[in-house]
Amino acid sequence: MAVTQVRLTFAPSGLAPLAIAEKIREAFPDQVVEVVEFRDQVSVIVKKGQIVAILRYLHDDPFLSFDHLQDLTAVDYAKKKDVRFEVVYSLYSIKYRHRIRIRAQVPENDPKIDSVVPIWAGANWHERECYDMFGITFTGHPDLRRILMPEDWEGYPLRKDYPLKGPDFEHDWPGFTDMVKRSRELREFEWEG
Amino acid sequence: MIQKEAERIFETRELNVNMGPQHPATHGVLRLVLDIDGETIVKVTPYVGYLHRGIEKLGENLSYFQALPLTDRMDYVSAMSNNIGYCVAVEKLFGIDPPMRAKFIRTIVGEMSRIANHLLWLATHALDIGAMTVFLYCFREREWILDLFEMICGARLTVTYPRVGGVRNDVPQAFLDSLWKFTEEFPSRILEYETLIDQNRIWLQRTVGIGVISAEEAVNWGMTGPTLRGSGVPYDVRKHMPYDAYDQVEFDVPIGTAGDTYDRYRCRMLEMRQSNSIIRQCIEKLPPGPVMADDPKFVLPPKDKMLPITQPTDMAYFIIEKACKGCGMCLRACPAKAISGEKKKAHKIDQSQCLQCSTCFTTCKFKALTVVPGGKGLSDEKLAELAVAPDKLPDDIKEAQQNLTRQFDFIKKGPKVPEGEIYVATEVPKGELGFYFVSDGSGKPYRMRVRAPSFVHAGCLPRLCVGHLVADVIAAIGTIDIVLGECDR
Amino acid sequence: MLIDTSTVGLVEVERGVKVLPPNVIVTSLDKIINWGRLSSIWPTTFGLACCAIEMMAVGASHYDFDRFGIIFRGSPRQSDCVIVAGTVTKKMAPVVRRVYDQIPEPRYVVAMGSCACTGGVFKTYSTVQGCDTFLPVDVFVPGCPPRPETLLEGMMMLQEKMRKERARWSPWR
Repeated sequence: MAVTQVRLTFAPSGLAPLAIAEKIREAFPDQVVEVVEFRDQVSVIVKKGQIVAILRYLHDDPFLSFDHLQDLTAVDYAKKKDVRFEVVYSLYSIKYRHRIRIRAQVPENDPKIDSVVPIWAGANWHERECYDMFGITFTGHPDLRRILMPEDWEGYPLRKDYPLKGPDFEHDWPGFTDMVKRSRELREFEWEG
Repeated sequence: MIQKEAERIFETRELNVNMGPQHPATHGVLRLVLDIDGETIVKVTPYVGYLHRGIEKLGENLSYFQALPLTDRMDYVSAMSNNIGYCVAVEKLFGIDPPMRAKFIRTIVGEMSRIANHLLWLATHALDIGAMTVFLYCFREREWILDLFEMICGARLTVTYPRVGGVRNDVPQAFLDSLWKFTEEFPSRILEYETLIDQNRIWLQRTVGIGVISAEEAVNWGMTGPTLRGSGVPYDVRKHMPYDAYDQVEFDVPIGTAGDTYDRYRCRMLEMRQSNSIIRQCIEKLPPGPVMADDPKFVLPPKDKMLPITQPTDMAYFIIEKACKGCGMCLRACPAKAISGEKKKAHKIDQSQCLQCSTCFTTCKFKALTVVPGGKGLSDEKLAELAVAPDKLPDDIKEAQQNLTRQFDFIKKGPKVPEGEIYVATEVPKGELGFYFVSDGSGKPYRMRVRAPSFVHAGCLPRLCVGHLVADVIAAIGTIDIVLGECDR
Repeated sequence: MLIDTSTVGLVEVERGVKVLPPNVIVTSLDKIINWGRLSSIWPTTFGLACCAIEMMAVGASHYDFDRFGIIFRGSPRQSDCVIVAGTVTKKMAPVVRRVYDQIPEPRYVVAMGSCACTGGVFKTYSTVQGCDTFLPVDVFVPGCPPRPETLLEGMMMLQEKMRKERARWSPWR
């Protein structure tokens, strides 16, 4: 019940992102596909096979200590890249103040990747959202259901082949269309001045 | 013996209670399904998505400049901070740097929106727990801040005042004076709220020891902002990854120890005082200069150097008869239907209907449409005398015309953005707001991802509620400070 | 000074309302019921999105809805109207309709904000393009979000509408 005020410093410390990428390459030489740098931010593109092992290493290693999962999302590279999906993990270490981004390749014909909920509990909803929006299945997830869309919604909205305006009225979500049809039937009972 | 018999006859079961989406205390359209054993909560299942509007998908179909107003509608309680988060991310992607004055102004309005957010949070949190008066007190100061917002941009809630490359317009001196008065007054107002609830026995019983979460666990759940700092983790994006003018002002970060609802409440109260002091420092240090970066490759042209606004009162648009091929482009483009004419014959503008929007001017490809400065109200014959071909117009009008074309181009198609991906986090009142952009070189983001703090915090609700009483669910929802617009996007 | 009631008699204060001083009012049943109804509109507390914040601001100390007799009720079963304040998504639409169905007759709907009126900027897969697709809307309040004054104006228009109603109280309407 005591709140104190601390004056944090601005000075960044910790490892340079490229050095972290080198460490990952050393630890998992056959998993790293590519290291990309853009505006001082480094992404390490890896295969999806050992993703949990890689992230566990980044989380547990005492000199890396990536304890904060900033973001977990997916990107649909339909017709742009050979591997259609990429699951993106943005990691940050509150202790050392360094960051790295891991991108795991997930092919279209087998959209499955291991869940990281055992490492970060906060990944739970992010993974559900990825499943909801992209149709990527996270094996080992404790409760993989749709989260933002209704549970019997068809299609994955954030895929590039999904139209922005969605399906037309006849093919829309039945929960909505049924309600609209019923409201039209009930219209005759409305009071009209 | 009797007890055993009673247990045999009266079977006890867990009760399944639905709460929301229409519920006065769920801060929007959150739905919770509670499994309760008597009064104790066994399991909580939150259902979100009742406000999922497809902002991410919509952002991928709009240019970087068009998507900015969508960010207001995410966290509508502190729209200014969301705008700033978006602008900082896009600026980093573009590789531009706003001028110093714009950075300071953004810091000021960002902290104002933090105060406005915390006031609304305190109002509703206290109202949910049972303190009605605090609600009315907080809204008094919140209206004051919203009035100040209105002074600089004309909007109260959805402001869109920060822009990519700076801010929309400079702040008037009257705004700074009024804001200074506010900062002088505000600390005493915080004391008023604290007098009401800080040592109030009901308040203490409803908050102390409720929703406790340890530091390690809070980090593991991905909590950020005051919700995390209440557990004692000194993580503040303003200090860890400084943006805007935060590295030029001095402020402390309040952190709690117990990690319960009361500590998180105290953190936010102290944060309001820090915000107040940041605003004061910024007003004192506010440097002179422009408020918009000048980079014709990435930034929208200034509004006062654009065609319809340069000489809005006395100019006339005119079609030069000789040059007009009668293609009909302008005829179709005119929103006022002021242009008439047959195909392959010279068209004509009805001056009485012309809105002077200059749409025709930008569409004409044959240099037939021109501007006559000072030509308003003149007859067509007189205009024909005065009119010169568009490439022989004075330089300032030509520049204004180029600016207008750039404006149309940037808004509709967007600038040429380097290929790459970027994740930029900013500290909004709720926590860490991250924007993740993947650019494919076009003017629209290939992927726009919003890491919303409310979404992560709503995911922690089961962890915070289990084991407590039903009434404490309300305290737990209040203490994580969620807004469903941001949670569902 | 007291008015001498024996000399004044019936005074017509407005069309259809006569007053016999000191305290007898003669008017039609329509007028008195509509007056009572419009002076105490109780909307459901039902915020959906951004507009809900402005709705709260109207209810709070600065703008003060109470002076119109408008008090927010937590339950739709005790209220007269629903202010659809914000974007209605497809997932939310059945809930909105259910809240409306629970309100007892006579009931009114105010669509607040661009999203509730037309769908606003959100022309996407998950947004309903205007809540009038499934609700009979009485007043549309434009704006994104509408200013508190605009909502007050909208509620006053609803009151005007209620004032002109005829025989809505009757079971044989």
